[in-house]
Amino acid sequence: MTYAPYAQKRRFAVFKFFQRMQPGFIVGLTILSLSLILALFPSYIAPYDPNAFDFNAVQSPPSDLHWFGTDSLGRDTLSRVIWAYSVNMQMAFLATIFSLLIGVTIGALVGYYRGFSDVVFGRCVDAIITFPFLVLVIAVVAVLGPGLINMYIAITVVGWVYYARLMRAEIMAQMANDYASAGKVMGYSDSRIIFRHLLPNAITPVIVYWMTDMALAILLGSSLGYLGLGAQPPEAEWGVLIAEGRNFITTAWWLSLMPGIAIVITGFGFSLVGDGVADLLRPRG
Amino acid sequence: MFQQSSSSDVKTGQQSTKSIRYTSKALPLLDVRNLSTSFGHDTEKLLAIDDVSFTVAPGEILGLVGESGSGKSITLRSILGLTKRYGQVEGKVLWKNQNMNIMKNKELRRIRGSEIAMIFQEPMSSLNPLLTVGLQIDENLKAHTKLSRSARKKRSIELLDLVGIPSAADRLDDYPHQFSGGMRQRVMIAIALASEPELLLADEPTTALDVTIQQQILDLILDLSKNMNMSVIMVTHDLGVAAQTCDRIAVMYGGKLVEVGPVREILRNPQHPYSIGLLRSVPEDVAPRSELYSLPGIPPSLADRPKGCCFAPRCPAAMTKCVTDRPELQQAGNSCSVACFNPQTITSGNIA
Amino acid sequence: MTENTSLLHVTNLSHQFKIDPSIFDVILRRPSRYVKVLNGIDLNLARGETLGVVGESGCGKSTLARCLVGLYPLQNGEILFNNQNVSHKTRAEQRDYNRRVQMMFQDPYSSLNPRMTVGQVLHEALSVHKMRSETEIPERINELLDLVSLPRDAADKLPHQFSGGQRQRIAIARALSVEPEILIADELVSALDVSVQAQVVNLLLDLQERLGLTILFVAHDLRLVRHVSHRVAVIYLGSIVEIGSSDSLFANPIHPYSRALLNAAPSIDPDKKNTTAPLTGELPSPLNIPSGCAFHGRCPHATEICKKSKPELKALDGHGEIACHHAKELALS
Repeated sequence: MTYAPYAQKRRFAVFKFFQRMQPGFIVGLTILSLSLILALFPSYIAPYDPNAFDFNAVQSPPSDLHWFGTDSLGRDTLSRVIWAYSVNMQMAFLATIFSLLIGVTIGALVGYYRGFSDVVFGRCVDAIITFPFLVLVIAVVAVLGPGLINMYIAITVVGWVYYARLMRAEIMAQMANDYASAGKVMGYSDSRIIFRHLLPNAITPVIVYWMTDMALAILLGSSLGYLGLGAQPPEAEWGVLIAEGRNFITTAWWLSLMPGIAIVITGFGFSLVGDGVADLLRPRG
Repeated sequence: MFQQSSSSDVKTGQQSTKSIRYTSKALPLLDVRNLSTSFGHDTEKLLAIDDVSFTVAPGEILGLVGESGSGKSITLRSILGLTKRYGQVEGKVLWKNQNMNIMKNKELRRIRGSEIAMIFQEPMSSLNPLLTVGLQIDENLKAHTKLSRSARKKRSIELLDLVGIPSAADRLDDYPHQFSGGMRQRVMIAIALASEPELLLADEPTTALDVTIQQQILDLILDLSKNMNMSVIMVTHDLGVAAQTCDRIAVMYGGKLVEVGPVREILRNPQHPYSIGLLRSVPEDVAPRSELYSLPGIPPSLADRPKGCCFAPRCPAAMTKCVTDRPELQQAGNSCSVACFNPQTITSGNIA
Repeated sequence: MTENTSLLHVTNLSHQFKIDPSIFDVILRRPSRYVKVLNGIDLNLARGETLGVVGESGCGKSTLARCLVGLYPLQNGEILFNNQNVSHKTRAEQRDYNRRVQMMFQDPYSSLNPRMTVGQVLHEALSVHKMRSETEIPERINELLDLVSLPRDAADKLPHQFSGGQRQRIAIARALSVEPEILIADELVSALDVSVQAQVVNLLLDLQERLGLTILFVAHDLRLVRHVSHRVAVIYLGSIVEIGSSDSLFANPIHPYSRALLNAAPSIDPDKKNTTAPLTGELPSPLNIPSGCAFHGRCPHATEICKKSKPELKALDGHGEIACHHAKELALS
């Protein structure tokens, strides 16, 4: 009897952890996990070779054989959308991870040291964010030439600023706490205070932004693919697929609609996970 | 002052309107009976204040003393019905014999801010930063008096003058951020006084202020109470503040009143071990650098209050009965009431 | 008091913060404005003593504490620790100095990293300063927890699992982990409940006795300062107006500001009413400190000289040192 409440309390704690995971978060996680599986194992899942022509089934509408229909060369749209998962999920990660790493480092250092570095940083930010994001990225791609790698470079050149700005503000807010001063009084090195003490407490909003940014990166990458500046045909990529279907939008609507739906669902998954992560990372008490 | 009115005359007294000041010495101005406030639902019910009863006579200053989490602020807010939105309030709050706890919002509004006013610890968060001070006083005057526009302005200046703000006429058009902390507290008191309340609820009014300013504000509240025959309930954690301003003191612990009585009785001959401990842990008139008397442990959190007396786990004089049963507030001879099975004196052996 | 006996010797310490100029200030080429927080502080801390520092909010007592541990760079003045100048330090010197001069903060909720367990906090301090070898650290952590009367299983818990008083114990343990000689306590117990305050104050006094610590106790609660301090300094607008032994200063303050401050503290005896008239007016802005004696605008004894020249701290027979032109007359009255 005396131990019962204690045991109950512990079970309650575990239960509470799952309770903290909002239903939206679970939906988002499911979407992203499925997307990841599609991205990693397209060859096992796709029913057809994405690049195999089938001239017996040109532009056939969705049917038992081809769930998402076929294109003007008889390629199976479902298989092409599935194969595009690996390109687009890779895009979500690679187009953002370098922005994240560079932005977090610079933002943390600038937020910690302030002074002259802050003035220089401020001018950089002003210069970059006064241009529309897409226009700037297109300009960089135009200089470097089209292609996936150059697209990643272009997005990183512009994108790190947003992470750095967020990080700087969060670090400055955390510095108002006495534990930062306590670290200095304990004689800890600046790098220890920044990366061991301040960063773990300041990173949450950046991670949340990262999740939305990955969704945006897919959108941006598809846009560039659509414009012919990102992935190049015949590679299966959602933007490229939509562009290919553009001319047949009245006769073969599935060619553009199906990759479009894939973009929407994946983006939705990223935002849901972003919100859920924000809840989980919030320190308790 | 302690005379209890029978429940049959609770519904009378409807005729007591704003114009007639409540002067009956026989009946308390405010009579709080068995007030309990709880938050949350049935499964996880947190009892913030538990069966609290006390009275306030006209012109009297009552100090509600306790540590953080003792429920003193919630008691104050429950009187005005401000906690109803978040929790359940049970019991009776008899204001001139009318039960405020069952009043509709419309009736409550007639009392709130006009007959009963409230001031808070942090004046900046309770003043609207976007409106001038003059406008905020005027607003209150408009709501609670029938004065004309020019008369209201004149009254606003009088009020600022009354609370000791220099060159009051010029400061009507200033915004709250243009005042210092002490002056802001004065402005808030001026707003509260606009309706000439009969009871002022003061929630830690000087905690955010420096001692020299604290003294000015306390003197002001004392003067106003005397001159306007205004009753005050002063919530504070500082025994010194209570000692210097209050007529009676009610000590709260774990959501219950543990000791109530005249200020001198409570501070000189406390009987509840908690009051004794609290008083003795104040480093006044003790040898410098000697070990201070300190209560062991920490106050209980809302979520796990002990079954018996809330203070029992920290009490040096606890008996087995204290762990199982909860003591009720009872008359203890010298005009004090104590909720304790084993009352002590400040010099008794069990405590030292 | 000669320099030989004092562990920490501060001379003419001043500190000011620049106010960020607004766009109009830049366009109109207005001169930069400074908040003068500390104006020539002279202090001596003898080994093993407690010096209390009292004053109202905004008087500069917290800035003084932060300057002394090097959280703010030294702008003006000199700090001697063990007769060695610590004014211009490299990173390594700063670390060595901080190992011997530690600080504890007011807010028990923000002074501990919310994501580190108590064990991690102490482990970090011990290993960065190489106070113990890695294998001895767990043992030392237990010792430290015992020292501040926390249960040993506290090491595995995060700060949010503790009450305010316990968190301040953790902060004390962290400061003590590097075995400092001086502890600077900035409003250590102000945020705690009265009954818990007494516990922490007792702990501090006990530790001082056992470890021979020197303590600078910064607080606004005069009763507490009186209780823990051997000597007390009263600060007004960044200057010390009176400094002396705790007994004489509290029993018989001379400076009009000390008198007002000490008398304003409400006694727990209802019949011990404050007889002196309360101070009029409020603290002037540190942006433009009054000329002469900074207190003259609020002082009931101010004369012409007080408006013109700033009084120096001078020793007065039977009292401490007082910065007041009329100290002698006031001592007689």
